[in-house]
Order: sequence, then structure tokens, then C-alpha cells
Amino acid sequence: MTDSVNHATAASALQRLTQHLRPVYWTRLRKTAEVGIKSIQAHGLRSLLTVLGIVIGVAAVISMLAVSEGASFEAQQQFRALGSNNIIIKSVKPASMEASGGSNMRPQAISYGLTYEDILTIQQTIPGISNVIPSRIIKKDVRHLGRDISTDVVGTTVDYPISRNYNLRSGRFFSADEMLAQRNVAVISDEVASALFPMTNPLGESIRIDGNYYNIVGVMEPEAYSNLGRSQAGSSNAAPTRIFIPLSAARYRFGETLVRQAASGVEMETVELHEAIIQVEDQDQVEAVGQIIEQILERRHRRVDYAVEVPLALIRQAEESALRDQIVAGAIAGISLLVGGIGIMNIMLASVTERTREIGIRRALGARKQDIVQQFLIEAVILSGVGGLIGVVIGILIPVVISLFWGMTTIVTITAPLLAFSISALIGVVFGIYPSIRAANMDPVEALRHA
Amino acid sequence: MDSVVASVHDVTKTYLMGELAVQVLHGISIDFYQGDYISIMGPSGCGKSTLMNILGCLDQPTSGSYFLGDKDTSLMNDNELSAIRGARLGFIFQSYNLIPQLTVLENIELPLFYQGHTEQHSRRIATELADRVGLGDRLHHRPFELSGGQQQRVAIARALSNDPLIILADEPTGNLDSKSGAEILKLFDELHQQGKTLIMVTHSDELAERSQRQIRLRDGRVESDDRLS
Repeated sequence: MTDSVNHATAASALQRLTQHLRPVYWTRLRKTAEVGIKSIQAHGLRSLLTVLGIVIGVAAVISMLAVSEGASFEAQQQFRALGSNNIIIKSVKPASMEASGGSNMRPQAISYGLTYEDILTIQQTIPGISNVIPSRIIKKDVRHLGRDISTDVVGTTVDYPISRNYNLRSGRFFSADEMLAQRNVAVISDEVASALFPMTNPLGESIRIDGNYYNIVGVMEPEAYSNLGRSQAGSSNAAPTRIFIPLSAARYRFGETLVRQAASGVEMETVELHEAIIQVEDQDQVEAVGQIIEQILERRHRRVDYAVEVPLALIRQAEESALRDQIVAGAIAGISLLVGGIGIMNIMLASVTERTREIGIRRALGARKQDIVQQFLIEAVILSGVGGLIGVVIGILIPVVISLFWGMTTIVTITAPLLAFSISALIGVVFGIYPSIRAANMDPVEALRHA
Repeated sequence: MDSVVASVHDVTKTYLMGELAVQVLHGISIDFYQGDYISIMGPSGCGKSTLMNILGCLDQPTSGSYFLGDKDTSLMNDNELSAIRGARLGFIFQSYNLIPQLTVLENIELPLFYQGHTEQHSRRIATELADRVGLGDRLHHRPFELSGGQQQRVAIARALSNDPLIILADEPTGNLDSKSGAEILKLFDELHQQGKTLIMVTHSDELAERSQRQIRLRDGRVESDDRLS
């Protein structure tokens, strides 16, 4: 019995609903919206000030998300360029050495960093390592004819470009045979090529490093994301100028002890390897292998004169920090949208009071309570929607400006403006409800008497 | 005699003013006939406005019944009252009560809008009515661009737009100079001739003279109900 009653009411409710969807209903909605726009226009400045809160909230959240998204994208690209299957071990000069070296005027040899034996141990004890690419990185002046450039000379093995997704622009990388024979061959970076060979093709030419000539066999592509892959010997901010030579040749030509003219006197340091890339077969194992490497190095070194970087972990960190940024952006948006919503409620209450007589007239002419609610609700939504729209436009422009003037990567996703706009419209509904109901519940007689 | 379009029967109205119950109407019974042109008169405080509010379905009697056509309004809820106002009643107010943001045409259309008529239909009727009240050349003007007399004519057109059973006018010439007032009264005469049912509250004997039935109220009761010939 109750079931059939429920069916009946459900059916009639559905009928009512479909009736409401007649074209007339849409005409009404449109006309109500027109009235809403008119009365908003009637108080242009006041309406604008009212929606400012929403505008700022929406613009802030979109631009903040764009900046955070861009930063996270950039970081991830950088780390990805390091190779997500890679673990990078670097030699780091311990801080204590620099202090003692500075106070002493006589030449002092210091020795730190990765050794061939470290690398060998790692390779032999940890399963799942597919490749190890050790490098020595030495800062040198490189000459060709009258030109010279200060650059990082990287002595490495043949797999270096593959491990870094670093491609050749022309020529080839040095071969395993050249490596074995300690041949004086060099592959230069794009930046070195343009500095030393502005007009000519560098392939086949020779460059001079210290007293020796090296034959150029290849030129690398410009590196897209290289900020983090840079060696500690390299300059911190300039574009990477690098020359790759066989590790064997580097060892043979430059030895392991570097003599450097420091401010405090002559400084000598012995470093066997500046960097090693450990490639792990399985990406899921990368972080575990990274931890084992840390443990091995901890056991083998008395000081922490090394650093282990796991790009995959850094990618994760970048993702996490992006998430944190999003939460912060969300909180800020939430607060300013709340403030904006209160502003809208305030203005709607004022509007309802001012238009008491209009409400009375409409009620007398046949408007039901729900028609009045609808009218003021639509007005509130238009108000907040317009605010949201302005906010979206500004929120998209701000990242563009940031990118133009500060060169930061910013990414406006489709979801951010969409979400921000929907929330602002929703704010209109939520904060418009109370004023609208208040308007609808006015006594028509009283409302008509209102001055 | 024509048929009854509306009737109040033994209507009372009591307002609560704080603790105090003030009875404004003490059992009023009137039948309104199709084509009646009625003026309701009486000193202030006699219950004219309260009666008008009840006749206009803006308020409900405390006891008694009010039939508008075949429907007893004393049992209606708020939505039904709104619907019947929109469908069967036309209002003309002393202060015109046009909506300032809307044009002449849109003001006239308003009752039709709430009745859910199509746009074309509403537009056609409103244009016709604007012509009929002599404002065919002012369709897209806003109320503040019109004189008082013109505004009241818009209000009359609006009151006619839903083809109501009765038209309720509350001091329709109260805010007008005598010339504009005369024009409005002329329009009322025309409406009467066309068989519309008009109920008008007024203080003015001159106005009441033009009606065909005068009802005088005193202290919430019908004092006299005279049909003029």
C-alpha cells in the first residue's frame, strides 16, 4: 500500500519536474536572469566591490596553482633528465677540510670523494645494477686558435649519453676502443661549439687543453634541463659548457691530483672520481638500491665526502611539494571565497531590503515564494559567477605575466579555472539562499506598504 | 442580474498587536456580480484596506469565507493564493507600483510571466494593452520616464493583462492631478462598459459618483450598500 503511494508521488514528482523543463521554464529563467543583470547593473560600482573578494580568491587560486604546477613540472623534467632509473653519486668536499686548508699557508694535499674501489664494490655487491658510468670532472681552459673558453672537462665512459638521455647533434660519441687506447678524442657540448667554432663545423678540428690536442668527434645537443645534473666543479649558473673525453685519457693526462691556486695559497686535492651514475634495471628497486649505496659508502668512508642523489625520489618530492602548494592554494582560496561569499550575502540582504516593494508587487502579481527565491538566487549566482569569470581571466593572465617577466614556467590546467569558477558559482548559491528566503517570506501586504 | 464572480461571507479579521487582539472586520458579507463597478468608501480605520487585502488574496480572513469564482480562498495555501492572484485578480495601486528596472512592456507582461505564458503570447497581449491605454508609443520607456498619469495607465494595462475576474483599485487617482485623474476614470468607465468587474477603494465622493454601486463601511461592518442607477 505504502509502496504504491510512493510510486504515485514519485511519478507525479517526475511529471512536475518534466513540466518544469518546458521551454517556457527556460524563457522564465532567462528573463529572471535578465532582471538580475539589470539590477546588478543599476548598482555597478557596489556590485563590483562586492564581487572583488570572489575575483581575488579565484584569481589567486588559479595563478598559485599555475605557478606551483609549473615549478613542479620543471623540477620533474629536470629530475627526469637525470634519468629515473639512475642513482647519481657525487664527490663532495667535506666542509672541515676547507676550513683547515684556509688557515694554512703551505701547500696541502687533500683527498676525498669517490674511489674506483667504491664503484667496484657497489657494482659487485648490489644485484640489479645494469650499468655504472663513472666520471672525472675537471675545470680547464680549452683553446682553439685565438678563442678560449673555461669549461668542465668530463672524463667518462661510452655510456654517458645514454644514461642521461643526452643526444648527439652531430658526429659520434667516443668509442670503447678509443677509451681503451686512451685516445685524445673529445665530444663537445653545443655551448662549447658555438663559443669556439662560431662559423665553422667543429667536427674534425682539434682543441687544446693544457698542452695536448684533442680531436673533436662529436657535438652534443643543447641540454634542456641541466640545472641539477651539473657537477660541483662546474660553474653554478651559466649554461653548461662541457667537453667529454675518455675517462682513461682524463686519468692519464690530468692524473688524480689537481693543483689549484686558491686565495689562501696553493691547494692540492686528490679526487679519484667526481661522479658516478648507477643505472638500476628495475625502476621499483631504484630507491632501495639508493639506500644500500648509502650504507656501503657510509661503511667505506670515514667522512661524508659523497652525496647520493636519487632522481626518482626527487621527482616524488617535487610531486609532494606540488601537492602541498595545492593545499595551501586551496586554503587561501577557501578563505577568500568565504569572505567573498559573505560580501555577496551582505549585498543581497541590502538588495532585498531595498527592493521590498518590488517583492510585494511581484507577489501581488502572482509570484510564488519560490519565484522570489529563484529571482534572488539567480542574482546572487550571476554576481558571484561574474566575479568568478573576472577572477578566471585575471587568474590566467597573472601566470602569463609571471612567465613573461620572470621567466618562470607556469601551467594553467583546465581543471583549476573550471573548479574555481564552479566553486564561485556555488558560493553564490550558498550565500544567496538566506537573503532569498528572507525575501520570499516577506508578507506581501507589508512589502507593498514599504516605502 | 449577472452571475456572482466573488463573494465574502461573514468575514472577520483580527490582528494581534502584541497581547492585544484588534478586530478590524466584524462579519462582512458582500456578493460581487459580473460587471459590477463598485466603490468602497468609509473613514480611515473602517477596514477598507483590510477588506481589499482579503479581496486581493494578499491576506486571509480570520473566519468566514471568500469565494473567488468557484474557489474558496480561505482554505488556500500560499502557493495557491499566489496562483489565484496571478490568474484571477488585477491590481491598481495609488502609487502605481511599477517595477523601475522594467520597461512599460515588461511591466505589463509581468503577471503573464508568472502565469508561464510564452514570450510571444505575452508580448502580443502587452503590446495590445499598451495601445489600448494610449501608450503604444512608449513601449520601451521605463517608468521614471513617464508622467504619473501615464504610469497609472501602464498599471491598468498590467491589471488587464491576465484578463482577471475582478480588478481591484486602491485610490487609483489619489496621486494624480485632476486632468490625469479624469483620464484614468474615463478608462475605468470604458472597462465598465466592456463588462469588467471593478472594485475601487476611494475617499472621493466624486469618484464614487461614477461607480454604479457604493458600499460604505464603518467600524468593520457594512454600513450601506447602494446600487445607483
